[in-house]
Amino acid sequence: MKRVGVFICHCGSNIAGAVDCEKVAENAKSFPGVAFSTDYKYMCSEPGQELIKKAIKDHKLDRIVVASCSPRMHEPTFRRCLESGGLNAYLLEMANIREHCSWVHPDDKEKATWKATELVRMAVAKVLKNEPLQRSTIPITKRALVIGGGIAGIQAALDIANAGHIVDIVEKEPSIGGKMAQIDKTFPTLDCSACILTPKMVEAANHPNINLITYSEIENVEGYVGNFDVTIRKKARSVDMTLCTGCGTCMQKCPTKVPSEFEMLMTDRRAIYTPFPQAIPNKPVIDRKNCRYFTTGKCRVCEKICPTKAVDYTQEDELVTQRYGAIVVATGFDLFDHSVYGEYGYGKYKDVITGLHFERLINASGPTMGKIKRPSDGKVPKDVVFIKCVGSRDEAKGKAYCSKTCCMYTAKHATLVREKIKDSNVYVFYMDVRTPGKGYDEFYTRTTDQFGAKYIRGRVSKIYEKGDKLIVRGEDTLLGRPVEVEADMVVLATAMVAQPDAAKLAQMVGFSYDQDNFYTEAHPKLAPVETHTAGVFLAGACQGPKDIPESVAQASAAAAKACGLLSKEEMPTEPIVSCVNEAICAGCGMCVPVCPYKALDLKVIQERAHGKTITRKVATVNSGLCQGCGACTVACRSAALNLKHFTNEQILAEVDALCL
Amino acid sequence: MEKIELTKALAQGQQMLAEVTHESGGVRASKCYQCGKCSAGCPVAFAMDKTPREIMRLLQLGLMEEALKSHTIWLCASCDTCSTRCPREVDIAKVMETLRIIAKKKGYVAEKKLDQFHDLFLKSVERNGRVYEMGLVLGRNILGMQPFKDVELSPAMLLKGKLALLPHTIKDNGEVKKIFANVRKRGGKV
Amino acid sequence: MKYAYYPGCSLSSTGIEYDMSTRKVAKALGVELWEIPEWNCCGASSAHLTDHLLALALPARNLAIAEEQGLDMAIPCAACYVRTKATEVEVKSSEEMQKTISEVIERKYTGQSRARALLDVFVNDVGLDSINALVHKPLKGLKVVSYYGCLLVRPPKYGFDDPEDPQSMDKLVEALGATPVDWAFKTECCSGAHAIAKSEVGLPMIEKILAAAKESGADCIATACPLCMCNLDMRQGQAGSKFGRSYNLPVFYFTELMGIALGIKPEELGVNKHFVDASGIIKKLNEAEGRRETA
Ligand SMILES: Cc1cc2nc3c(=O)[nH]c(=O)nc-3n(C[C@H](O)[C@H](O)[C@H](O)COP(=O)(O)OP(=O)(O)OC[C@H]3O[C@@H](n4cnc5c(N)ncnc54)[C@H](O)[C@@H]3O)c2cc1C
Ligand code: SF4
Ligand code: SF4
Ligand code: SF4
Ligand code: SF4
Repeated sequence: MKRVGVFICHCGSNIAGAVDCEKVAENAKSFPGVAFSTDYKYMCSEPGQELIKKAIKDHKLDRIVVASCSPRMHEPTFRRCLESGGLNAYLLEMANIREHCSWVHPDDKEKATWKATELVRMAVAKVLKNEPLQRSTIPITKRALVIGGGIAGIQAALDIANAGHIVDIVEKEPSIGGKMAQIDKTFPTLDCSACILTPKMVEAANHPNINLITYSEIENVEGYVGNFDVTIRKKARSVDMTLCTGCGTCMQKCPTKVPSEFEMLMTDRRAIYTPFPQAIPNKPVIDRKNCRYFTTGKCRVCEKICPTKAVDYTQEDELVTQRYGAIVVATGFDLFDHSVYGEYGYGKYKDVITGLHFERLINASGPTMGKIKRPSDGKVPKDVVFIKCVGSRDEAKGKAYCSKTCCMYTAKHATLVREKIKDSNVYVFYMDVRTPGKGYDEFYTRTTDQFGAKYIRGRVSKIYEKGDKLIVRGEDTLLGRPVEVEADMVVLATAMVAQPDAAKLAQMVGFSYDQDNFYTEAHPKLAPVETHTAGVFLAGACQGPKDIPESVAQASAAAAKACGLLSKEEMPTEPIVSCVNEAICAGCGMCVPVCPYKALDLKVIQERAHGKTITRKVATVNSGLCQGCGACTVACRSAALNLKHFTNEQILAEVDALCL
Repeated sequence: MEKIELTKALAQGQQMLAEVTHESGGVRASKCYQCGKCSAGCPVAFAMDKTPREIMRLLQLGLMEEALKSHTIWLCASCDTCSTRCPREVDIAKVMETLRIIAKKKGYVAEKKLDQFHDLFLKSVERNGRVYEMGLVLGRNILGMQPFKDVELSPAMLLKGKLALLPHTIKDNGEVKKIFANVRKRGGKV
Repeated sequence: MKYAYYPGCSLSSTGIEYDMSTRKVAKALGVELWEIPEWNCCGASSAHLTDHLLALALPARNLAIAEEQGLDMAIPCAACYVRTKATEVEVKSSEEMQKTISEVIERKYTGQSRARALLDVFVNDVGLDSINALVHKPLKGLKVVSYYGCLLVRPPKYGFDDPEDPQSMDKLVEALGATPVDWAFKTECCSGAHAIAKSEVGLPMIEKILAAAKESGADCIATACPLCMCNLDMRQGQAGSKFGRSYNLPVFYFTELMGIALGIKPEELGVNKHFVDASGIIKKLNEAEGRRETA
């Protein structure tokens, strides 16, 4: 005889406020199989758990129903409780009488109590059919993959490597560094970005545990936590990395000039190039789309000039597959394309630039050698307008969210203009100044107070060219009067947006993203660096707008999570997986394409029937891949597939309990 | 400066704000986040006593009377520049239009000349089915307002065949009169 | 190609040359314009400020008549166009509105007949290539700023062109052989009816546009609205004397420029009715033409 114990939780007043818990406990006593039933204020508390354990012993209970909150919250708690009470963890069933009952029916206690009773009735019916299940373990591959080599990716890789694990960084550009490499100085301290970034880049390059895989992209991801099989496409560099010494002769002699992406198209690079002087690795690639040899079949100058014969036009893309235990995604952000703003000239005014253009204009190795000159005619601008929230906080034309970093970098830019051009005037059009962060507000105060930038509260409505000036029209909303500036240059603080291929990567790796294509954390407060997919972690601006300190902090957090995983030899797996009843499986294969985790396959078996040996196909489940979603069980026409812990029999028992 | 009694203003203004939202076909002034882009682009702002943004603010705080008595709502040229550019997709021009209609009902007309112009215009439409521009010119003079500046232009216009002396009328004007009557039947104030 | 033609009140008085040139050009392009019999004023510039329902009902009667014929409406005047379009959009958007409007106008209008701006019809239905093929006298060397005004391309949800930097008129004048000049005041408001009733507000607005046009180096302005024409042409003198400047910038309806390029006599298009004398420009064009022919 099975002996079920029923425990009804009040959850303080969360449940008891709407449900008569004592009555539910009382009702449960009459359900078939129930040997004991009681209620308590907080079942999850220490005394609550003790109560369960004691009841198991005193009443010789062999399966338990807890009616409380969602199993998402406390199923692990009560499973542990059963185990320490000497029962198999899977002989527990939870009835959710909070989210499914008291919270949604706060005003009708009688009906809520009836509903809670029925939920418990169903749980009792199911638990009677539950089977003890055993967890198994899978080995963990002790190698991590970091996708994206910006500051977040570099930091995460360094932390994992320093903990003693092997890390591969896959970066799609020819060099690591990300946006931080393009930035001149960093707020709030105004230290040189390259000076603090390059040591980290070098450290990553020289670290015995880190492999840089640059100019490469993720092609495919299979497997699951602990064992991801990742295919990486190493794009053909056309330069043999083992021979190239990075002397750079080829880059000087290459006849083809291409606008440099790194310099925001404000100056040229060659077809064989490294994106910037401190690039790592400091070995060039050939941009085949623009290379004269690849487009016309003639040239081969770099091949001739290279002293080590490193140039190799015959290289092809290479696909390599590697197994990883954990993945850190750190693919960063892109900038909003302000050409949707007709009122700001649809991007056609040369002297209306973005903040990142500005970073290059003040950088000593940038197109103007660090002298601020406007792009149209190279003149030093005297009146410079900054416009914040361009594409941010603008549902009509851009994104609803705040990009978080632009208030501070605009203050930085304003300061730098005032510092570098003594007779300049700086006008910052803003809606709010958002400067929470250590030393941030003090920095902003200095911008207005010490450096004399004029902050004007209002969104700019129109920019147009008049002669060689840009007329900027706004409202000073503090005075309530329209204002106009005759500017020489306008800098737009354009929104931080997700990478254009963000969604594609997320689908490939298998985790979720939000409506703006930023990657979704598992919990906005309590699991900010995890994704919903076990073993995949997030770092940096790919999860949402972030500045460098925040990106670095998140990177270290993601690294700690990854290390936590990699430090174990093996990990337990959930036994709630699908299983095949081979006797009735028709081998039709309908289930195979249905499984989102590629856990199903067909195999050939031999059996004896009517004295003869025959072979036939049946489905088989890879329990390492199966996530227990149940999709296959409904697809199977012969009902040969069953999900353990949610078998057809168990579910029907619940239905019968409610309906019969 | 006079202080605003917010508690009172909000209590009184809620109903009016609901009326504005209703009358304008669902435009919600509460969406406005006071960025001023509307006012910065408004071609008439230079002549207004309150910027369009300030009108939105008055509505948000329930200071309806002040909005209704402003010159701004009459000076708005209905050019739609503001509505086209508002990042919060507030149809400001529609709010201006709505406030003018409510103001007229309540007898607050801060810009008499502009109002009379529109009245004359519509009278002409009702009477003749079409607008008769010379009639507008004369009507203004008869009403004894400041002589119509364009009188100096009128002879030239006549010469060029651009002003008709007699009203353009449509034959079956009964229909247009009926439209006016039907609108009045439904509570329209025209 | 056949459309229900709605000239609107202005086109029989202050905007008479817009009507003349529209009819001539349409004929030359093979576009049939069926004038809506007994059309009524759409209430533009006043009705919508007085009563929402009236503003929707007045144009609805004209639309209803066009709908009976199964025709879309071609509307030269930008103000009439936007009011009529508003009615079409509202009626289409809700059955209730359709019912109310039909009751008020005592005719049936379902939203079938669409309001189309004449510029849209010429540029997008007839097409720039077909227009270009019919050009006899290309407007060589004529620098034109296109002034769309505030009403023609707003609100964007009605739009057939961009609300901030529209292109259709620029492309059209280019197809006529002229040189379109880019400027930032394409859709700036000319003050509409304010210039009549409140000139101290209207004139500075007009002045700004004229000054910008002058600054751009254009020879003339092209427009698509009789109210804009009135303000920029008839009041150019007033605005000039108020601000102590003389602009001498002829203003044309785009249809007049089309007519000239198609070889129609300027007087037949009404070009002689302008306040700012356009004969200098016509003469220059003729001279250039003469030179080409003799060459
Ligand atoms: C104008 C401007 C000024 C700024 N100034 C400051 C400042 O002064 N101080 C400050 O703290 N912050 C500043 N920031 C913010 C700073 O740039 C970011 O916080 C930082 O770059 C985020 O780092 P990240 O590594 O997350 O992303 P990124 O820097 O964007 O790096 C992402 C990397 O991933 C790579 N990648 C992308 N997709 C893939 C893929 N599919 N496969 C492989 N690799 C991929 C990219 O190529 C890139 O190398 C500024 C930002 C801007 C726009
Ligand atoms: S490819 Fe050759 S020439 Fe170019 S950097 Fe490398 S070693 Fe130097
Ligand atoms: S950080 Fe500042 S500038 Fe950037 S979107 Fe937010 S409020 Fe606007
Ligand atoms: S543009 Fe829109 S949000 Fe900004 S002040 Fe005007 S109404 Fe408000
Ligand atoms: S619609 Fe009215 S308030 Fe809006 S920009 Fe035009 S004139 Fe100004």
